[in-house]
Amino acid sequence: MAYDSFSVLRSSAVPLPIENVDTDQIIPARFLKATERKGFGDNLFRDWRFDKNDQPKSDFVLNNPSYQGKILVGGKNFGSGSSREHAAWAIYDYGFRCVVSSFFADIFRGNAINVGILPVQVSPEFLHQIFEAIEKDPQTELEVNLPEQRITILSTGASESFEINGYKKHNLLNGFDDIDYLQAMKDEIVSFASNR
Amino acid sequence: MSNTPSTLFDKVWDSHVVRKIEDGPDVFFIDRHFIHEVTSPVAFLGLETRGIGVLFPERTFATADHNTPTINQHLPVEDPLSANQLLQLEKNTAKYGISHWGLGNPKNGIVHVVGPENGITLPGMTIVCGDSHTSTHGAFGAIAFGIGTSEVEMVLSSQCIMQSKPKKMVINVNGQLGKGVTPKDVALYIISKLTTSGATGYFVEYAGDVFRNMTMEGRMTVCNLSIEMGARGGMIAPDQTTFDYIQGRELAPKGADWDKQLAYWKTLKTDEGAVFDQVVNFDAADIEPMITYGTNPGMGIGISKHIPTASEVEGGVATYEKSLDYMGFTENDAMIGKKVDYVFIGSCTNGRIEDFRAFASIVKGRKKADHVTAWVVPGSHIVEKQIKDEGIYDILTEAGFELRQPGCSACLAMNDDKIPAGKYAVSTSNRNFEGRQGPGARTLLASPLVAAAAAVTGVVTDPREFL
Repeated sequence: MAYDSFSVLRSSAVPLPIENVDTDQIIPARFLKATERKGFGDNLFRDWRFDKNDQPKSDFVLNNPSYQGKILVGGKNFGSGSSREHAAWAIYDYGFRCVVSSFFADIFRGNAINVGILPVQVSPEFLHQIFEAIEKDPQTELEVNLPEQRITILSTGASESFEINGYKKHNLLNGFDDIDYLQAMKDEIVSFASNR
Repeated sequence: MSNTPSTLFDKVWDSHVVRKIEDGPDVFFIDRHFIHEVTSPVAFLGLETRGIGVLFPERTFATADHNTPTINQHLPVEDPLSANQLLQLEKNTAKYGISHWGLGNPKNGIVHVVGPENGITLPGMTIVCGDSHTSTHGAFGAIAFGIGTSEVEMVLSSQCIMQSKPKKMVINVNGQLGKGVTPKDVALYIISKLTTSGATGYFVEYAGDVFRNMTMEGRMTVCNLSIEMGARGGMIAPDQTTFDYIQGRELAPKGADWDKQLAYWKTLKTDEGAVFDQVVNFDAADIEPMITYGTNPGMGIGISKHIPTASEVEGGVATYEKSLDYMGFTENDAMIGKKVDYVFIGSCTNGRIEDFRAFASIVKGRKKADHVTAWVVPGSHIVEKQIKDEGIYDILTEAGFELRQPGCSACLAMNDDKIPAGKYAVSTSNRNFEGRQGPGARTLLASPLVAAAAAVTGVVTDPREFL
């Protein structure tokens, strides 16, 4: 078991209505020097969150105590750019368990699932509804139901289904990861390799 | 065997599927795995924690590049965190018997430069690395893409990763490229048309005269930038240009093995009538030397153009305004004549010998502008040697440039090569994201020719004036 399992998450959410949030923003390269996976949350969105004197920037959402929760809601094309898994680690370490967007970059989406974060892709219209609901009431809660593959804005009752393949869903529900699976089929891999 | 026409991508992908998981990804076999000091240590730690080993150490190749200094490489690395990453890579590779070209090794250099130049990258292979610009190796007709650290651990322990097969896109560029238009410009042009997410979910094949006529180094530049339009990777069918490049390289196949592999490589092309999920066509004549003005690689324009208005670009106005505000630019500004403080030539995108030849073709007989700080960083020691052997070093020195030692350098500014806040850098690298080249740094992505023209004039300049 590699991480906490994920089933139903009910939480308020942190809105980040910016498009093309790249992984250099999520965690700048100068914070990739660790050789262990810990402490990355401190530098999540470092240069948007802190000024050059390391003082919190009051206009950035993570510094606004009105917005809290385990769900991060981002604009279109979230997680583009560098393949650094440190971006997913930083999001997880900060306390998020789910990222919602209308579109994810491929590598980030894979990395997120591999570390136990559920990426939920919704329609642009539904994303807009989420941002509106949070703007109206920062405490508004979202429910992300993995078994039913459904996300709901609890204050309005609006909901939408989301996609995830059966294999990855099973992994997340049980906290299994790909390495467990691959270790179990090692003989098949060795035989495949010897025939190449 | 079915007679259904298939794409180059299908041929390579399908031959590497160990197992298809129902309602899940493919278990995908990896021929070659590159690792570096930044994205591998946690993967090795994972192996320790689980008590598992490396299945095929001979299929993994390590180099130190992301976090290495580009001066005084013979001295101990000053930053203790960087030094520790290098040490961990050395220890981990020694422990598991993985080939390691560390700092000071004559084969050391940027992972996507050293793989091809030593004959490790070959057609028809599957190649991964914990670095998104692994797409570079697609230039050889390989399926190559970047992975996360969890996947690095998977490859080390099982030589496989879990991947759902992407959709297929072909990008055709036909016609004749104009004067001063380089492979970098072709790529930046395509990205500007497709946007940074236009190819997300796809694997791209580049086809048409322009790529057919391109050198291997040019093809590497194009494939390198595939990730910047969101594509998982990009590839070009191998041909005589490819075979000629590979033959004789140190780790390339030799003798009977060469003949056998060559026969296979010649089958690696998209069959007539094969179907892509998306087809995109461009005309080479529409492309001019490019430059970016914003904070993602899709925000590029022809160098003679003006910055578009928010209403002319796709996406939200707030995001666009945030980007121009960061750059200190306004809508409708001309790019030509904008002041440049720094010039960086290097990186896995444009750090090969042809890039330095192009750069030298403009700086030869001229002088670096006094106010410009220039970082000239070869992609590897082999490239560095070529620069010296071909007399490019002398041209650079006479023009007031200094040659640094190989590494990723200012492309991602993990080491000391950081552009200061607010300064403008014309950079031959791959990303102009906020803070990419240092906190507050402002990056203008361009070709080696545009970089050279900026370096000698001190402002954004159309390189065609010098050609």
